[in-house]
Amino acid sequence: MKVVLKDLTKIFPSRNKKEKQGVTAVDHFNIEIPDGKLVGLLGPSGCGKSTALNLISGLETPTEGKIFFGDVDVTDLPPENRGVGLVFQNYALYPHMTVRQNIMFPLENLKGDAKLSKEQMEERVQQAADLVQIGTLMERKPAEMSGGQQQRVAIARAIVKYPDVLLLDEPLSNLDARLRLQTREEIRRIQRETGITTIFVTHDQEEAMSISDFIIVMRSGRIHQVGKPQNVYDDPVDLFVATFLGTPQINVFEGEVKDEKLFIGDAEILDVKGARNGKVWACIRPEGFIPDPKGPLVCHLNGVEVMGRDSSVVATHPADTAIIRAIVSSESEIDKALDTVSFSLKPYKVHLFDRETEERIRFDY
Amino acid sequence: MSVKNTDLEKIKKTSARREAIVKTFTYLLLTVWAVMVLFPFYWMLLTSIKSYGSYNSEWIPKFYATNPTLDNYRSAFTAVPLGKYILNTVVFTLTTTTLMIGVIIFAAFAFSRLQFKGRDLVFTGFLALMMIPNELVIITNFQTITNLGLRNTFTGLILPSVTSVFYIYLLKENFEQIPDSLYMAAKVDGTSDIKYLFKVMLPICRPTIVTIIILKVIECWNSYVWPRLITDDSAYFLVSNGIQEIRENGLGRENIPAMMAAVVVISVPLIVLFLIFRDKIMAGVSRGGTKG
Amino acid sequence: MKKNNLKGWLYLLPALLFLGAFMVYPLIDVLIYSIEEGYNSASQTFFGYGLYNYSYVLHDPYFLQAINNTFILVAITVPISTGFALLISLALNSIQKLKDFFQTVYFLPYVTNTLAVGLVFMILFKKTPYSEGLVNLLISWFGGRSVDFIDGPYWAKMFVLCFYTIWVVLPFKVLILTSALASVNQDYYKVAKLDATPRWRVFTRITLPMISPMIFYLVITGFIGAFKAYSDAVALFGTDLNGAGMNTIVGYVYDMLYGNSGGYPSYASAAALILFAIVLTITCINLMVSHDNVQY
Repeated sequence: MKVVLKDLTKIFPSRNKKEKQGVTAVDHFNIEIPDGKLVGLLGPSGCGKSTALNLISGLETPTEGKIFFGDVDVTDLPPENRGVGLVFQNYALYPHMTVRQNIMFPLENLKGDAKLSKEQMEERVQQAADLVQIGTLMERKPAEMSGGQQQRVAIARAIVKYPDVLLLDEPLSNLDARLRLQTREEIRRIQRETGITTIFVTHDQEEAMSISDFIIVMRSGRIHQVGKPQNVYDDPVDLFVATFLGTPQINVFEGEVKDEKLFIGDAEILDVKGARNGKVWACIRPEGFIPDPKGPLVCHLNGVEVMGRDSSVVATHPADTAIIRAIVSSESEIDKALDTVSFSLKPYKVHLFDRETEERIRFDY
Repeated sequence: MSVKNTDLEKIKKTSARREAIVKTFTYLLLTVWAVMVLFPFYWMLLTSIKSYGSYNSEWIPKFYATNPTLDNYRSAFTAVPLGKYILNTVVFTLTTTTLMIGVIIFAAFAFSRLQFKGRDLVFTGFLALMMIPNELVIITNFQTITNLGLRNTFTGLILPSVTSVFYIYLLKENFEQIPDSLYMAAKVDGTSDIKYLFKVMLPICRPTIVTIIILKVIECWNSYVWPRLITDDSAYFLVSNGIQEIRENGLGRENIPAMMAAVVVISVPLIVLFLIFRDKIMAGVSRGGTKG
Repeated sequence: MKKNNLKGWLYLLPALLFLGAFMVYPLIDVLIYSIEEGYNSASQTFFGYGLYNYSYVLHDPYFLQAINNTFILVAITVPISTGFALLISLALNSIQKLKDFFQTVYFLPYVTNTLAVGLVFMILFKKTPYSEGLVNLLISWFGGRSVDFIDGPYWAKMFVLCFYTIWVVLPFKVLILTSALASVNQDYYKVAKLDATPRWRVFTRITLPMISPMIFYLVITGFIGAFKAYSDAVALFGTDLNGAGMNTIVGYVYDMLYGNSGGYPSYASAAALILFAIVLTITCINLMVSHDNVQY
């Protein structure tokens, strides 16, 4: 099912009565999420992404705007009629019910034509349980299971009624690091197998990048960029998106463009054809540095961390106090005894943003 | 599970209608019970300002007072020693509460902070005592106080209620939440136990102590059974016994308006206390304040 | 930490003294009283030991009446007050506007003097030569026959007693249940809503199991409290409860101890111990039932 948000806005009334202005959690969202895709809604904590999810599920009513499932306007439809499945961050499994009872619960609510016989229900429950690979734990209670298993039960419960849209709220944040990797692959697989349009919310950019067909990057209620993970990473529209995506974080310098040349401090480091003059944020991805004794970017070398395949060069530039982290191939030769290290840059790994507006300034290379 | 365009309007409408019906019934229920709760209070206020004559001439009671008067309040204080009852209750409440707070603070401190032989055994004994109903021990206490010649004295009234196992338990639990490191730090600084108790623990646990005080005050103000057993001289009556006395002997059996005036006077202090400390009282009671 | 044996006991001393004198000693003493036959308050003498006191109490029509009254009171008020408190709490929890107001109002009876407000109930229900009383007025509006609830037929008196008892115990139960309901994770309700769970099913399958520990707690304390009913009855019917035929077990104990019919601490002790045995039995049954039914 395609999900379309048109000018979707949610303003929470301010708690403090003196302030008339409420808090805008979701600010004029316009997106079209194609059928059958896995979409990551990504942003820092408190940016309104959970509110957006609640609007789609119907648990919150929007202040403005419309929500369409397919061609149907569901904006005023109560949540139970929307056909969505929702998985909560804490799973919200009913503690007094077994896994089987938990998964079966939504089916028992079906009425009229949709009503299922006992056998049909059993079959659907088993099918859902097998899909998330917990078929052998059916008689356990949630308290007797690990976090990862509970997560699977929660997903099974959400998909057992064949929802048109599956919503996951921070599905991995309660799991430890190892389970997180495993479970996110699992979510990807389940989504592929069922083909349900799935939207999941996360503050972890790596998580979103790794499994999404599309990511939506948002902050303070506003969408900053929508696109395929790689495209968004390679081509961020503003400083926030550039800094939010990628580990290690992108390196940010205070720079200036003069006559189509990029300066950091007094050093001219890159040709930026087509860029207008002015102060900029010069952002360089860690993998955009090439160790080059004759390179234009001369830095003070703090140390080299060897990580096997790659090495991480930690340095500082005289014009800036920020620590630079460059990921280079471990075969590249860097003399650790020296105080300085020089780099040339991969121009497509360098992004410029206006110092004031933080908008992208494009240049040709 | 797909939504069909045709039944969309219907779904929206029935859902909204059901919501409205449920809401209406909810408020109806809440309002009806609120009236049930408030009505006796309204009626006592109303009756207390009706004159004796007009009250008794109302074969069908009126819901309003035609000639409001405060005479009943005057006779409540003059015809019976209501002022004395209130004073007694205040003295009883303040003394009992103060003494009890002292006793339980030291006991709770001993249980939570001091290490000594037999502590856990004694504490288990205390817990067992929590299950003993008051009705069981009151018989002997009555005999004890009578034999000591303490009937019709404040001492006799107060003595049996200056300890409460439950409050010791409540305070001990609260004391134990204070991290050990604070105690260690104080010890290293050479603070004595008693100073630590008063300068550190009590300030930290003030909310609990305030809660206990409020609960104890309510309990004292409303206590009836023990005072009834131990006092028959009206000079030592508390308000509950006073009201009972007024009802059975004072004011003339039929002077209902004056009785209601007395009822209003003794109800007001606690209601005011409640309205001021609403959240504290409700939180305290829900932490385990079954009466008695 | 070093041992402070002496200091520890010193801090405990006041509490130990008071508890020893007014709880532990009486506890033992009441057992002794209850088996001392023919105890005379004035001379403090008795004939010998035996179970005569129990037998006397159990054959005393006033005690049987009191047992009867108490059991009726318990059987009516505990289920009704718990159920009604649950209903009120559910309603309270589903609203936002006026919630604080209602909560405050509902709690008022808890902080009022039982004796004092009982007097108001008495005049509301009582029939006097001058007036039928307000409740009878209401009854006549609906076409019923007037009845004296305070000095009239047994069922009418029992009705007032139950009604007043429920009025008095409800605040505590509403408070406990409202906070129990509020502490249920709201996510459960969100999930249930998305699953189109009907209201009734949400209540029976989610809400009720989640708050079942609190409900059992209230039932247990409710039983204990109702078995110890006394001041409510005094408030409505006066101190001569035997005369009114509305005495309770606790009332019987006090009457045996003191007052016009008093001076028999042995009988009082026997009656109090019988009450304790009843309460203990009922509590144990409750605990066993709750152990089987509290779901997590």
